[in-house]
Amino acid sequence: MTTLLSASRLTKQFTGLLAVNEVDVEVSAGSVHGIIGPNGAGKTTLFNLISGLLPLTSGTLTLDGRDVTSAPPYQRTRLGVARTFQNIRMFSDMTVVENVMTGMHTRLKSSGVASLLRLPGFRREERAARDKAMELLAFVSLADKARVRSGDLSYGDQRRLEIARALAGDPRLLLLDEPAAGMNPTETRDLGTLLRQVAKRDITLLLVEHNMGFVMDLCDRITVLNFGRKIAEGGPREVRDNPAVIEAYLGTKVAARLAKAHGA
Amino acid sequence: MDGMTMAEWLDDFLFTYETLIHALGVHGLLALSMYCVMAVGQLSLGQAAFMGIGAYTGALLTLNLGLPFWLVLPLSALAPAVVALVIGGPTLRLSGVYLAISTIALGEVLRVLYINAEWLTGGALGLSGIPRKADLWLIYLLLFLAVLGFWAVGRSKIGRAMEAMREDEAVAGVMGVNLPVYKMGALVVSAMLAGLAGCLTAHSNSFIGPNEFGFEMAVTILSFALLGGIGTPIAPVIGALVLTSLPEILRPLQDFRLVINGLIIVVAVLFLPRGVIPFRLRRAP
Ligand SMILES: Nc1ncnc2c1ncn2[C@@H]1O[C@H](COP(=O)(O)OP(=O)(O)OP(=O)(O)O)[C@@H](O)[C@H]1O
Ligand SMILES: [Mg+2]
Repeated sequence: MTTLLSASRLTKQFTGLLAVNEVDVEVSAGSVHGIIGPNGAGKTTLFNLISGLLPLTSGTLTLDGRDVTSAPPYQRTRLGVARTFQNIRMFSDMTVVENVMTGMHTRLKSSGVASLLRLPGFRREERAARDKAMELLAFVSLADKARVRSGDLSYGDQRRLEIARALAGDPRLLLLDEPAAGMNPTETRDLGTLLRQVAKRDITLLLVEHNMGFVMDLCDRITVLNFGRKIAEGGPREVRDNPAVIEAYLGTKVAARLAKAHGA
Repeated sequence: MDGMTMAEWLDDFLFTYETLIHALGVHGLLALSMYCVMAVGQLSLGQAAFMGIGAYTGALLTLNLGLPFWLVLPLSALAPAVVALVIGGPTLRLSGVYLAISTIALGEVLRVLYINAEWLTGGALGLSGIPRKADLWLIYLLLFLAVLGFWAVGRSKIGRAMEAMREDEAVAGVMGVNLPVYKMGALVVSAMLAGLAGCLTAHSNSFIGPNEFGFEMAVTILSFALLGGIGTPIAPVIGALVLTSLPEILRPLQDFRLVINGLIIVVAVLFLPRGVIPFRLRRAP
């Protein structure tokens, strides 16, 4: 399998805190790759480094063999990186369909002059964009809310709108930061189905999630962070049975007791 | 109106209120120039300075070189655009406050320059005897075209990108918006509009002076957009119409014009965060 995203010795230092500390991650094209770890482990910071929201302290980042270490966010988007946010960040005054169309920014080619003069080519492109946005909304089951103000959507709807908006840019790599947070079990199950369909569209998924069942079920490969460092990596089963991972999540004492119980 | 024909009445009306009607149109353009910057989430207090550059450029080109007005007008838009490029380069990369501060400074620097470069600008006395070439129809045609242009561009990916920037700049970047280019583009276009307005003022008042384009004017222009709102391009223009005609309507309160402007800003910011025209442009077909 070819590597789509390769992060090497990725480091982010906030004053006095190494939020991400020399992390190596390779994400294979076409895979669903999970990032897990306790609160404050550095997962969101890692996403911010990959999407270019934060400059990195050191390390390198390549996308499909191309060095993007210091590329601004818009260039990474053009190259096919999209993301959602842990603390939902939609354009809440815009309607739902406008949000999705904003996600198409890099794929729309009409010039400012064409839009100023409302040339036929521009109008055709806008209509096609709207139609595509409606398809994406249907895909995430939001078609009936296209004209609603985004800020008025329910929490779960907002999470799915963020996914539709991210998909609108035709990404190759989609970063999802806790997409199931705040969802009830039914919504979470539907989200799993949705993400499997996304993966079928040849989109590589990099997923941060606290819901272990969800992650284990969906991911081909999982990277575990703790205090900014990578402490384990492998398939779901491998990672689940890794003592370092159990320790990170449960604390040393519990882990020791578990190990004893297993040994006995 | 007895005994007067409609045309006579209109002539009479235009004559009496000519200055005000010109000012309304020019202020509409200035309000749009403010809108253009605020629409990408930036704050500039340099619109009056850009206007001044346009006014002096236009007046000098007409008075000293005798260039035709159709050439003077675009050159008066170009001059402040170049200054905007120079100012925007270093400041737009920093946080928004820097643009506001450096544009205030620009206004002050220019005022001192106009006063001291007496040989060119007429110093504190300013320039007078500028031919009245900006007629009503030209002013309102330009205003109409500007509103139409913002409306058209607002309903495209550019308009969506601009609204995205003002809602959440970082996320707009993640959507693929080239933030530096958009900020610079907005500042340059806003400078061009302000320059046009300055040139039109010079060629309708026939006089310009160094103190007309200072901090007071900058705040007045800002208050147009704050009062009207920036949800649609027409909103700041309405803000300008109200704030420009109010002192005329409340003539007895003329002395308190500044106080009233200040009050309106405070009230607008506190109680009408979206202005008196709070609607927003639809940005999807
Ligand atoms: N902008 C910032 N400035 C300073 N410290 C930060 C900043 N962003 C994150 N941190 C710190 O970096 C560490 C990692 O935070 P991060 O948000 O990446 O964790 P996380 O793994 O996403 O946690 P959670 O599961 O709670 O979302 C935390 O200690 C956090 O307080
Ligand atoms: Mg997080």
